[in-house]
Amino acid sequence: MPDPRGVAPTGLKHEEHDRPVTVETTMQQADSQPQLYAARTAIHPRSVNGRFRRLKWAVLIVAYGVYFLLPWLRWERGVGANQAVLFDVAGRKFYLFDLVVHPQDIFWLAGLLMIAAYLLFFVTGLAGRVFCGYFCFQTLWTDVYILIERLIQGERPARLRLARQPWDAAKLVKMGLTHLLWLATAFATGLTFVLYWGDAPVLVREFFTGGAPFSAYATALFVTSTTYVMAGVAREQVCTYMCPYARFQAVMFDRDTLIVSYDHSRGEGWKGRAKLGRDLKTREQRHAVGVGDCIDCGYCVQVCPTGIDIRDGLQIQCISCALCIDACDTIMDSLGWERGLVAYGSQRVAEGGEKARLLRPKVIGYAAVLVVAIGLLAWSVSRQAPFDLTVAQVRQPIFTRLSDGRIQNSYEIKINNKTDRILALHFVIDGLPAGAELDLGRFSQVKLNPEQRLRLAAKVRLMPKDFDGQSHPFELTAVPDSGSGLQPVAHPSVFYVPAE
Amino acid sequence: MADEKGKSVQTTGHAWDGDLQEFNNPLPRWWLWSFYGTVVFAIIYWLIYPAWPIADSYTKGFGTVSYQSGGKEVTRHWNTRAELLQDLQSGSETLKQQAYLQKVAAASYDDIANDPEMSAFTQSMAKVLFADNCAACHGIGGSPARIGQYPNLRDDAWLWGGDIAQIEQTIEQGRNGFMPAFGEVLGDAKIEQVASYVLGLSGHQVDAAKAEAGRAIFQGQEGGCFYCHTTSGKGLPSQGAANLTDAIWTVADVPGAATDADRLKAVEAVIREGIQRQMPGWKGRLSTTEIKLLTAYVHSLGS
Repeated sequence: MPDPRGVAPTGLKHEEHDRPVTVETTMQQADSQPQLYAARTAIHPRSVNGRFRRLKWAVLIVAYGVYFLLPWLRWERGVGANQAVLFDVAGRKFYLFDLVVHPQDIFWLAGLLMIAAYLLFFVTGLAGRVFCGYFCFQTLWTDVYILIERLIQGERPARLRLARQPWDAAKLVKMGLTHLLWLATAFATGLTFVLYWGDAPVLVREFFTGGAPFSAYATALFVTSTTYVMAGVAREQVCTYMCPYARFQAVMFDRDTLIVSYDHSRGEGWKGRAKLGRDLKTREQRHAVGVGDCIDCGYCVQVCPTGIDIRDGLQIQCISCALCIDACDTIMDSLGWERGLVAYGSQRVAEGGEKARLLRPKVIGYAAVLVVAIGLLAWSVSRQAPFDLTVAQVRQPIFTRLSDGRIQNSYEIKINNKTDRILALHFVIDGLPAGAELDLGRFSQVKLNPEQRLRLAAKVRLMPKDFDGQSHPFELTAVPDSGSGLQPVAHPSVFYVPAE
Repeated sequence: MADEKGKSVQTTGHAWDGDLQEFNNPLPRWWLWSFYGTVVFAIIYWLIYPAWPIADSYTKGFGTVSYQSGGKEVTRHWNTRAELLQDLQSGSETLKQQAYLQKVAAASYDDIANDPEMSAFTQSMAKVLFADNCAACHGIGGSPARIGQYPNLRDDAWLWGGDIAQIEQTIEQGRNGFMPAFGEVLGDAKIEQVASYVLGLSGHQVDAAKAEAGRAIFQGQEGGCFYCHTTSGKGLPSQGAANLTDAIWTVADVPGAATDADRLKAVEAVIREGIQRQMPGWKGRLSTTEIKLLTAYVHSLGS
């Protein structure tokens, strides 16, 4: 991009803001008939350089790196997929590096969602729409799409010219190439998304040879088209009209929440902003006649991806991307004036108050809940049982009388080996009188393959005179081989004896 | 869009009470197109799926589902019931199940019993077969609701033998359980004596003198009970004769009786009336594989 220090202040002067034009035309039409629907006003954001832009590029590179490369990362496992991150829906297992999530662990998802929600609340309460501006995939993908647009069509003035000019070969080529690259990006995004749900190298081969499952094509098509439409066509309208978070984030704001804001008193003075004109070149000259520091270059408006003027104050469209801060800083630097005309501030600062307080009850509350939720999830994950055991008493019939007068109860045992090793188990019962017999047929010693689930029928027999009462609680324990280093797992159940 | 400085905001043009006006904030036009899109979607949907009621019928739509019914391929307009049938007949899970069923059908009884996975599969499949075909008499869990109905398959006593071959034969051929009625032959007094002896065989408190008299009838030609129940009272499986020495009663509800007199009465009733029970043969009604699954299942139920 051209160095804005040299170009921006002069180059920008000629340009009108593109947005108000349509407002005026609709208003003219509106004299007779109000227009109930409005076409979208195209936004052609000018590029900008600065610390926030650099930070956002860094976030984008990391996010894209993770998103696009993670499915290709291989991972050594004793059993199961060798993909580091794989959501194996058919196999009912989620592989996350060394962690294998089983269907029984589904409540972790609730924990994860809670953590995500409170992290969002915490960050939003503290620093506003940080997620929107820096991390949201809508913002990230739109950034890439605008980058493509700029590389093909040129900087903002060139894009504006191209948009206005009639369709000719050059325009066709440029627009076609832009959309082609957009589609390619969208397809890469869609295909990569699918790779998280299957073995990446195999799935890619299958995908292009026509052998992939229908759901893979459907999902890839869906993500491709939504990416193309959302990042290429809809853009800021996603944030303004579609995103629920944009609508409810305001309730998490308070007077100390960081917001991108324009220093109104500094920028406007008491007479308002004015362009750099004769006798209005230095700050002293301007202050003397009551004109503020804002030279009305419009750079902050032109870089805005949602097409708003930050000088109008906090608006629902603002995603806090901070590019207007970079823009204004660039101008202030070139003028040799101090930065901060547009900067992160807060409502309290804007009203002339102190600098934002960080430690506020609400923020501390969010942080506390967040820490507890993360702690609980980490504790739960670290305590994942190596195998599941459930023992269900057969209720139909609840007991059987045997020829020697003993009473027999039947049980259904379910075991789920979650380890990547062969699990050798034997079973014992505790809590029943001596003489109680556990019969597992030929499976008193059972070996489960890695990640195997098994159902066994068990019978417990007992001489009824051995105890009183109709129901007797006991525990059935699955004891792993002593060499495995695994702890036994017990499950409670009940032995029923009919009344004599 | 936020209102611009120096520009008045557009209103809808209406004015109430003189000066009450309404701002016009136009919807994005693509929103309108999205609405039209849903209309188009609805029309396509109506064409494919059942949609509009017409008198006592409805538009069927062009979508169809095919499934097997009575050995014939049936094609009907799209509906969830037909789709479920199709899925049950040719869905991916069904095909997997059928493939595993082939494996079990080809395996020996011993292989099934030794393999926990095949055992569990057999249990699941046979449980459904049992509920459909056997539970009406034997009860859902293989155990009738009360003694006196049909044999309990969960205990360790087998009237017709409890090994795999015998169970398979029972299911394939069916059984005729028969014990003659002795009411007119013996008369009440002798029946009481035989009942006393029979109860005594399984360790119940009985009148020793009556039991001794009953023994003579049981073991002698008068009663001839030993022909089927054998001299030890353990019974001949080839005749389906019950073992009278154990704690299991399949016809007389001895365990359910409260007093010695009631127990005696329960046994007397059986001797007086005799037994006539029949289990039908299932060969021809069930496939070989189904009988195999049921055999393995019933064998596993018993102790």
